[in-house]
Amino acid sequence: MGLKEKLHNLKEKYKGKKMAPAFNALHTFLYLPNETTHGGTHIKAADDLKRTMNTVILALVPCLIFGIFNAGYQHFLATGEIEASNGFLGSTFWTFDNLIHGAWKVLPLVIVSYGVGLAVEFLFAVIKGHEVEEGYLVTGMLVPLIVPVDIPLWMLAVAVVFGVVIGKEVFGGTGMNILNPALTIRAFLFFAYPTWMSGDKVWVSEAVERAGTADAISGETLLGAYAQNSTLPNIDQWDMFWGLIPGSVGETSKFLIIIGALFLIFTKIGSWRIMLSTVIGALVMGLIFNGVVDAGWISDTSKFYGLMSVPFWQHLIIGSILFGAVYMATDPVTAAQTNKGKWIYGFLIGFISIMIRVFNPAYPEGVFLAILLMNVFAPTIDHYVIQGNVKKRMKRLKVKTA
Amino acid sequence: MAKDSKLILDPLTDNNPITIQVLGICSALAITAELEASIVMSISVLFVMGVGNVVISLMRNIIPSKIRIIVQLIVVATLVIIVDQVLKAYAYELSKTLGAFVGLIITNCIIMGRFEAFALGNGPWRSFLDGIGNALGYAIILIIVGFFRELLGSGTLLGIQILGDPVAKTGLYAYGYENNGFMLLSPMALIVVGIIIWVQRSRNRALIED
Repeated sequence: MGLKEKLHNLKEKYKGKKMAPAFNALHTFLYLPNETTHGGTHIKAADDLKRTMNTVILALVPCLIFGIFNAGYQHFLATGEIEASNGFLGSTFWTFDNLIHGAWKVLPLVIVSYGVGLAVEFLFAVIKGHEVEEGYLVTGMLVPLIVPVDIPLWMLAVAVVFGVVIGKEVFGGTGMNILNPALTIRAFLFFAYPTWMSGDKVWVSEAVERAGTADAISGETLLGAYAQNSTLPNIDQWDMFWGLIPGSVGETSKFLIIIGALFLIFTKIGSWRIMLSTVIGALVMGLIFNGVVDAGWISDTSKFYGLMSVPFWQHLIIGSILFGAVYMATDPVTAAQTNKGKWIYGFLIGFISIMIRVFNPAYPEGVFLAILLMNVFAPTIDHYVIQGNVKKRMKRLKVKTA
Repeated sequence: MAKDSKLILDPLTDNNPITIQVLGICSALAITAELEASIVMSISVLFVMGVGNVVISLMRNIIPSKIRIIVQLIVVATLVIIVDQVLKAYAYELSKTLGAFVGLIITNCIIMGRFEAFALGNGPWRSFLDGIGNALGYAIILIIVGFFRELLGSGTLLGIQILGDPVAKTGLYAYGYENNGFMLLSPMALIVVGIIIWVQRSRNRALIED
């Protein structure tokens, strides 16, 4: 008797009991259940929720692996133990030391994120008597990728509980949430523990504990440096593109994010409309700011000058706008549903992200705030798109009947 | 007498002005970052509601109904000014923390609501009990919210460091604990009130509206 049979028997045994959802979840997660619907005609489609979620996770895995190596690389680079890597395949990047150090730092984040999040999901499923939903699988993967590598694990755990309960379960679980749960978790961390989510320490592993000692290392991100009207030495645009820069764990490599995006578009899981319009929105806002600088309306003594004068296309490769556009904004639950609505929704995310980035020097990464804001407005956008359609058709109807 | 005790007890739980009627939310969100402010605010509202309800009840037969809102406003404004002056005289620092919110007791929906709904139609003693009951119902929520916000947000209660010293890293802070800055922001107060409503309604299913 294999594990599948055993789980099936357990399921039968506990049918109708309190713990049933927990066994069912394990069973459906590991195997294809035996149940089929009986009677009636059904549309057969292979893309159920589980497959959708798994595809997104597959698209995220390269980012996670890169993030692990990058965590080690940034640490050893800052301590001066290794030379800067020359390009994506540089000899000092894909090393065993980087992997060990990075895994030691990043894997606990993944474990806490999944452990705590799934525990909360199971708890709610058992209390409320519904099945465990797959929604957390992607959130649990996204969370470790969008936090600083040095975030204390207990903070992450508190934030995950908050994000899953307040961001999702109170609205009725997966598919009913207004806000993206992963971003809710990040927003909670940002507002609750700002010293661990911003500044020039947290982005390189162990920079915080070394602060103030003789071994102090800088943990600043490029975006943070730009916001202070300065820049980081030794970083060129290719480093930004390949992702060899400090930042949240999984968002630095634009190259891998683009590959993930192509994968999501090719499998028709992610909406290319949202990704494209977010990028367009960001570029438009960047162009406007470049125009302001070119017209000489602000001088280089202004505190906005540093980020305003960044060439507009560079906004895409610094910070996490691409990561947000590909993996966060496209969340099918919280995004706009209509095609026209998706264009508006994505454009505004890009536009507002860059606006926050420039005008909020205290915390230049506005992507998560912009996406959360547009999450709230997505139903409104959809409403007006549909109403516009209704009006258009009514007019056509009148012309016909008249 | 059984009915009189209901006047006090009902607003504490199943007819709570904040969690069930969802009135007086503004001040519940704004001033609950510290427990002390919540307590002082609760006492102020207790005074204004208790006395105000009695005054309105005594005058209920002589107030022309067309101008009753203005009369109610004058009564509550008078009482609030008394509270404000007392606070300024004896607890100046605290009155600065509470700021405009003492003055804004005038617009607290709970007070006007009780004047309209109860004091205008009932005798002074019952009105007094009703006022006290509703003010206590308001107070209990304010104090619960204030307790959690101050404890988790600042690590203190009534200004006393309960969890240790965050600067010197004693107590819990020695183990890496940090205060939750989100708790000090008003949105978190809304979420705390929401959680109280959630707990209350899941314990008493009769309260859930369709």
